[in-house]
Amino acid sequence: MLLHVEDLNIEFHDHIVPETVVYDFDLDMDEGEIVGLVGESGSGKSMSALAIAGLLSRHDAKKRGHIIFDGTDILNCPREELRNLQGDDISMIFQEPMTSLDPLKKIGWQVEEAMRIHKKCTAAERKERAIKMLGDVELEDPERVYNSYPHQLSGGMRQRVMIAAAMINTPKLLIADEPTTALDVTVQAQIVKLLKRINKENRTAILFISHDLSLIRQLCKRVLVMKGGYVVDGGDVEEIFTHPKQEYTKRLIDSIPHVDLSGE
Amino acid sequence: MTGVIKKTISSLLTVLVVSCLVFLAFSIIPGDPAVAKLGTQATPEKLDALRESMGLNKPLFVRFISWIGGVIKGDFGTSYSYSMPVASLIKGKLPVTIILTLYSFVLMILLSVFAAIYAARREGRVLDKIIQIITQVIMSVPPFFGGILITLIFGLGLHLFAPGGYISYDVNMPKFLGYMFWPALAIALPKGAMAFSLLYTGLVTEKKKDYARTAYSRGNSTGDVFYKHLLKNACIPVVTFFGMALADMIAGSIVIEQVFGIPGLGRILLTSIQNRDYPVVEAIIVCIAVLVIVSNLLVDILYRVIDPRTADSDK
Repeated sequence: MLLHVEDLNIEFHDHIVPETVVYDFDLDMDEGEIVGLVGESGSGKSMSALAIAGLLSRHDAKKRGHIIFDGTDILNCPREELRNLQGDDISMIFQEPMTSLDPLKKIGWQVEEAMRIHKKCTAAERKERAIKMLGDVELEDPERVYNSYPHQLSGGMRQRVMIAAAMINTPKLLIADEPTTALDVTVQAQIVKLLKRINKENRTAILFISHDLSLIRQLCKRVLVMKGGYVVDGGDVEEIFTHPKQEYTKRLIDSIPHVDLSGE
Repeated sequence: MTGVIKKTISSLLTVLVVSCLVFLAFSIIPGDPAVAKLGTQATPEKLDALRESMGLNKPLFVRFISWIGGVIKGDFGTSYSYSMPVASLIKGKLPVTIILTLYSFVLMILLSVFAAIYAARREGRVLDKIIQIITQVIMSVPPFFGGILITLIFGLGLHLFAPGGYISYDVNMPKFLGYMFWPALAIALPKGAMAFSLLYTGLVTEKKKDYARTAYSRGNSTGDVFYKHLLKNACIPVVTFFGMALADMIAGSIVIEQVFGIPGLGRILLTSIQNRDYPVVEAIIVCIAVLVIVSNLLVDILYRVIDPRTADSDK
């Protein structure tokens, strides 16, 4: 088992009354598996993902439960140990490709960053690897992209750059927090296809977070449905689509726009 | 690149305009250098003879052309009161003022950057709040008064340096720099406190941005996130302030030279104004104008180096 999350509870103490955003979250993932996490905004899916990635370090956030990644207790291990995993075995891509890159650093520098931190290698090796990764995420003219700044690229290209940077050390787990939400529909489909290929080629497990069930259906076998901080439904994607157990899941499925070609 | 060339040309024009204004101003304001030089011995004949030999009886335009022609070649004329070339008079003083200014500038940047990062990492905690209060106090102390306090506390109290014990840079460089640390500190502290506030605000804003989270997700330590990512971004709005501060520090060093007994441009500027020694005053003002304009030009280039978006916008 790659990832074992048990009884994860997340509470915020930034108001007078503590606010719980995630209740009793459980999740098991195997190597190379793709799991979908679906729910509306504010359902706690992003918070759970950040906690798994070890990025929920706000001092007013209280976390209880267990997150065991590959034998490491993410919630209780020292920061050093956590940093050794971040960018190496666990990577993350985010919703906003326009703001997730440092605007003042060249793309190449940013793609190489995790490699520079975790691997001992020469600058030439890093550059070669970074350009290969940029080509792998289907960016045209990787050499030019390598020497560009973020403001010179489109949103779709930046998200590909984010994926290349996240995959540079071939992590065991990639957490994708709504990676396609900010992109237009054709680019969405390309990114989903790309993630699928990456999963197949590198056996990288992917936790794919989205509010869009149809995207989850294209990519994942297994899905968890969250609402108001609770996991309300879960299991095989096709099973959920054909026989939703919960009223909420049914409504989510009904909200997917259908193209009616019957000519009524 | 074209942007830099344009800036350089406009800077050169600015220097020319400033020189014109300086020359005109001193020709218009009342006061006769010949009278100032002769004092009580002035008879109309002697005055006329002196004016003749100083070239003061030629028309204004002719005098201006010959002056500006000399300036371009580095010849600022002859001092009325010292009777020696202005260029050799200020040659030894100019480096002192420039070194003091740059010294203060470097100190200001170091102090503000380290303090701002230290405080921004501890945002909202006790140490952060203490630093905020200290900088508020420092900000409100003007350099000349800060200089007096420094002399009193570190010089006379703690004997860390000997007040008035200036040693010239061509005699002993390390001792010169050791002495200059204190006046530089007096200039750097209030400006550094202002730079601190601006940088601190920038850092606290930047650290909440998405790219900071990305940097953490790649395994960066908090220090690396601040120094490698946030600092540069937080600096963009502060660079303008750095430029203004550098120009201001040139003027500041002229004042502080008096407090610490440093023979820079400040002292000779004051005596020359009293003696109506116009060639010296004009030369010093032109030097200061050039320093200010060059520092502005450097800031502009720095902008382009830091922010690739500005460099792209003038293509």
